[in-house]
Amino acid sequence: MQEHTSAAFVRKQMLDQQPPPRMQVGAARWVRENLFSSWFNGILTLVSIYVIFLVLRPALPWLLGGVWNAGSLVECRQILTERFGNTHHACWAVLTERWNQLIYGFYPSSQYWRANLAFVLMLFAIAPVLFDRLPRRMLWFTVAFPFLMVWLVWGGPIWGPLSVAVGFALGGLAFKLADRFNSMAISAIAAVVVALAWWLFAGPPVVTDLSRIAPLGALPRVDSRELGGFMICLIIGISGIALSLPIGIILALGRQSDLFIVKTICVGFIEFIRGVPLITLLFTASLLLNYFLPPGTTFDLTLRVIIMVTLFASAYMAEVIRGGLAALPKGQYEAADALGLDYWKAQRLIIMPQALKISIPGIVNTFIGLFKDTTLVMFIGIYDMLGLSNAIRANAAWNGIYWELFIFIGLVFWICCFAMSRYSQWLERRLRTDHR
Amino acid sequence: MTTMTDPPNDQGFRLSQLIYDTRYRSATIQVIALIAFMVIAAFLVRNTITNLSALGKDIDFGFLFSRAAYDINQKLIPYSSNDPHWRAALVGLLNTLLVAILGCILATVIGVVAGVLRLSNNWLTARIMTVYVESFRNIPVLLWILAFMAVLSESLPSPRAFRGEEAEASMWLWNTIAVTNRGTYIPAPVWGPGSAIVVVIFLLSLLAIWAFGKWSQRRFEATGHLLPNFWIKLAILVGPTLLVYLLLGRPVAFSLPELAGFNFSGGIHLRNSMLALWLALSFYTGAFIAEIVRSGILAISKGQTEAAYALGLRPSRTMNLVILPQALRVIIPPLISQYLNLTKNSSLALAVGYMDLRSTLGGTTLNTTGRELESMLLMMLIYLVVSLVISSGMNFYNKTVRLKER
Repeated sequence: MQEHTSAAFVRKQMLDQQPPPRMQVGAARWVRENLFSSWFNGILTLVSIYVIFLVLRPALPWLLGGVWNAGSLVECRQILTERFGNTHHACWAVLTERWNQLIYGFYPSSQYWRANLAFVLMLFAIAPVLFDRLPRRMLWFTVAFPFLMVWLVWGGPIWGPLSVAVGFALGGLAFKLADRFNSMAISAIAAVVVALAWWLFAGPPVVTDLSRIAPLGALPRVDSRELGGFMICLIIGISGIALSLPIGIILALGRQSDLFIVKTICVGFIEFIRGVPLITLLFTASLLLNYFLPPGTTFDLTLRVIIMVTLFASAYMAEVIRGGLAALPKGQYEAADALGLDYWKAQRLIIMPQALKISIPGIVNTFIGLFKDTTLVMFIGIYDMLGLSNAIRANAAWNGIYWELFIFIGLVFWICCFAMSRYSQWLERRLRTDHR
Repeated sequence: MTTMTDPPNDQGFRLSQLIYDTRYRSATIQVIALIAFMVIAAFLVRNTITNLSALGKDIDFGFLFSRAAYDINQKLIPYSSNDPHWRAALVGLLNTLLVAILGCILATVIGVVAGVLRLSNNWLTARIMTVYVESFRNIPVLLWILAFMAVLSESLPSPRAFRGEEAEASMWLWNTIAVTNRGTYIPAPVWGPGSAIVVVIFLLSLLAIWAFGKWSQRRFEATGHLLPNFWIKLAILVGPTLLVYLLLGRPVAFSLPELAGFNFSGGIHLRNSMLALWLALSFYTGAFIAEIVRSGILAISKGQTEAAYALGLRPSRTMNLVILPQALRVIIPPLISQYLNLTKNSSLALAVGYMDLRSTLGGTTLNTTGRELESMLLMMLIYLVVSLVISSGMNFYNKTVRLKER
């Protein structure tokens, strides 16, 4: 064998760890991977930067250079001309002057505290519903809140809302008493009959007498047409959301039921509501609802709108929940049967919690849609924020101002709706029971 | 629950069985539900009749055949104020359908592009699309309609700006499209003699494309040879029509918009109200469609792509043959409801003064005739029919792409 004269090299000591090449770390690597990974990606990046530049170049000076204090658009433009030599800047002064109108509508300014208080109480009322770590006893306040809110916002003696609450309490009592017949249907009918009897016949004279004898907590009355702005959207939206969920559940169960007549009625209702635009239902509320009621009945317009919005949202809610019900494995129903639970117990303890959990995204989407749709009340003469923006523009001082108002209104809705969707994602993560 | 195979038959029927016996209970509930429903319906109808007779009104659709006496600024079929109300309603319905169809097309395009781009691995593009989707989804559509209307009527140049040697504004695309604050003017076709033949040839070539597609698919399945489908289809689309068009001496001309007096004349005038409604509805619904497309694509597991690559399919064919057919199954059902939403949202046309069904039948007709009940009933019925047609059409399409289960 021949000996090779190769320069064999064996390293004797370990090398220190070297940092990776500069292109493979930190910002440089991130930019390479996320912005310039291929030629197409690079073009996309350049186009995106150009688009951002196009949007921001006029928008930023416009947004930041705005005037916050002026009496009218003309005054605004004068200030801008003095300051910048042109008028390509926002005139936020309209918000400084009219923000209270956009929020409260024509609510008397001496009574703003009532609206504010109702708003704060509302946060307390919905907190235990949203976050289950809070003490359960707070739910009692949630139950009491609707009546409290009606009293605070509309004013008048406290006896009216209280009597409505008493109707609910009597209905609940009748429900409990009829429990021994062991039939949901009988209990429900008893509850409805007792409550209706109180509301229609017994309640009103009692309220009139009590209001005359002891006008307790009589706040100055505020008419419905004085409500407006963000406040009316919130009232209609929250009432619609709260009322449409239970009705939607009942409709969904009706649609899934084996009882032919019940099913037909529910399907007919859902398909009808889903087939027509909300705006036609609102017009029905404002033009036709009085035709359908006994002669001489007058209904508050806000209440009529709430009823229609609720019916509208319930139909959509029913479809969402039906999806959740359909997604449940059949074994869950069979398990409930195997435990010997009756229909309502099975629904309450086994089926509904799971079906609702599955349909959380859909439910929240319906809520968001409903909340955004409250702006449509503008068409039937209720001054919500959009209606008010038209009214403000009708004033000579602010004629021609668009973007400042639109941006404010859009921002308010955006914050509410975005918060709702974030909450739903949080809830979904929290309720996730599969081990992924 | 234990079942009794032969129930004691000596007791006879007791009334309480209606509630406690599961054999009768469902019938009891149904009867109660039916009675309750009929009572409520009767109550409503009776009230309506009483109220209407108290007002001296009756339910009568005869008003539809009397003279409408109002003008509609945008119409697809001939209409004058001497025409009856039903024709006004028809014009409105056509306007509704026009904006709905245009909106569905544009919204789909925007939605697919935005949905795909939001999944792009380019960080910046994905963020821009997220901003687009979140801002359009979380702000009421009515606000968007008003905002688009404000853009069109406030920030665009007036026709006057196009005047003169050194005009401030100029027309787009080689002086064919004029975008002004009074609306957009686009070239209008002028149908000369013989133009019918061109149209017929064009329609025939569309049919030929469809037939060719079928044939080429069969040939591909039989022999495995793939034709350059796209180029052949393009040739069929353009070739014959162009040939006939030139042979007949260019029977179809275009009338271009021209500045005359204070305004443009010639061409087709697209009103701002229509453009604002169309764009706003498309961008709004597009944001929802983008989310649907994104979730549809995400629903397909990555293994599918990898398997297709392992088989040697090119990315474009992987998309067309493997990913899209599966994603469509997830995408189509929610897409149907978005189309329905867009159609129903077109009733917000009222906000910008576009004369759709709600503004004609449910607006001017209702107000001038005072027939609220009849107009509203008719309008709801029409919307209902339109919705049912859309959903049944799309459901039919859904059936064709659905998983074929054996």
